[in-house]
Amino acid sequence: MSLFKEFFKGFYDENPVFRLALGLCPALAVSNSVQNAVGMGAAATFVLLCSNFIVSLIRKGVPKKIRIPIYIVVIATFVTIVDLAMAGFAPDLHKSLGIFVPLIVVNCVILGRAEAFAGKNNVLYSLFDGLGMGIGFTLALTVVGVVRELLGDGKLWGIPIMGANFEPVLLFILPPGAFLTLGLFLGLFNWIDSRMKK
Amino acid sequence: MEFQNLMIIAISAIFINNFVLTRFLGICPYIGVSKNLDSAVGMGFAVVFVMTLASMATWLIDTFLLRPTSSNIFYIIFNAKEPPDLLYLKTIAFILVIASLVQFVEMVIQKMSPALYRSLGIYLPLITTNCAILGVTLLNLDNAYSFIESIVHGFAAGIGFTLALLLMAGIRERLELAPIPNAMRGIPIAFIMAGLMSIAFLGFSGLKIG
Repeated sequence: MSLFKEFFKGFYDENPVFRLALGLCPALAVSNSVQNAVGMGAAATFVLLCSNFIVSLIRKGVPKKIRIPIYIVVIATFVTIVDLAMAGFAPDLHKSLGIFVPLIVVNCVILGRAEAFAGKNNVLYSLFDGLGMGIGFTLALTVVGVVRELLGDGKLWGIPIMGANFEPVLLFILPPGAFLTLGLFLGLFNWIDSRMKK
Repeated sequence: MEFQNLMIIAISAIFINNFVLTRFLGICPYIGVSKNLDSAVGMGFAVVFVMTLASMATWLIDTFLLRPTSSNIFYIIFNAKEPPDLLYLKTIAFILVIASLVQFVEMVIQKMSPALYRSLGIYLPLITTNCAILGVTLLNLDNAYSFIESIVHGFAAGIGFTLALLLMAGIRERLELAPIPNAMRGIPIAFIMAGLMSIAFLGFSGLKIG
């Protein structure tokens, strides 16, 4: 077990969205543009980092039976911080992410890392794990966001790049496009995995 | 008029803004528990139950504890100069309410109806982290629904979730036998199916009511 490994496992091997199928609600809901995807990813990464830090710090004093409520309160505290900070500094982003900012509380990636990793490992490892997982989550959202914004709107980060003759496939911005894009990505990663094993 | 208004809220929560297929809330149980029809029914009922109760409880908490009005309990008890604005605590307050509500419901059902408890059993604890529950309570708040409206919205949202879950479970039971490329088996094909169902539900968005 090395720090390097803990950091990079979230990128591909244990990518929360593509490999573990966690945190799917925000991955579908806010990936309609790259800006939203990166904003959500950054917010979730901050919460993940902070909650992993606190949870690993208090892990010896937490009674086993009530650990989940304690983790949830820790996470909810940081989500409230993010919520208020975002409303103050990036009101546009806060508005377009809507209720998915407070819903970071029930993002299973964060509770999942607290339960599976931070509750069992020391502070340093937990920080690297949280950061790596957060970046992996952001990457996954961004990849889906790039495909959806490019096909559905002909833009990237709000800048038109597909040329004037491009007819946007509206479906990709609408809810069905999220399901289809993510489904195909999950299939693609399964396929790559089975090829690599051969 | 009141009744018509409630019907509009119910229909739009079930069909037009279906929680799973249009709002993307509760995707994890939707994909996780839709492998067979029996468990989908159990999960669906548990969600309807908890959503209705959670809507009720969080409305009361919001109105009497968090909102800066003259009926705020802290204002009345502590005789403060002006009502405290505690709305920034809503995320923490709501998630705690939902978690304890789920625990409470679990204990009550276990005592009152062991048969129901056995069929819902494992799905109840899972509901705490179902984002559809927290989602419905936050939406009640955003839309400034009244007490009755909140309950109807919570109940209808649960029905909408159950509807999507049952449809999906029915399809997935048959997909088991279908010739599907290996890489797409399981979760990926479930997402493609959800996409197709979502296209079908998009048709409801043309519905004009009210």
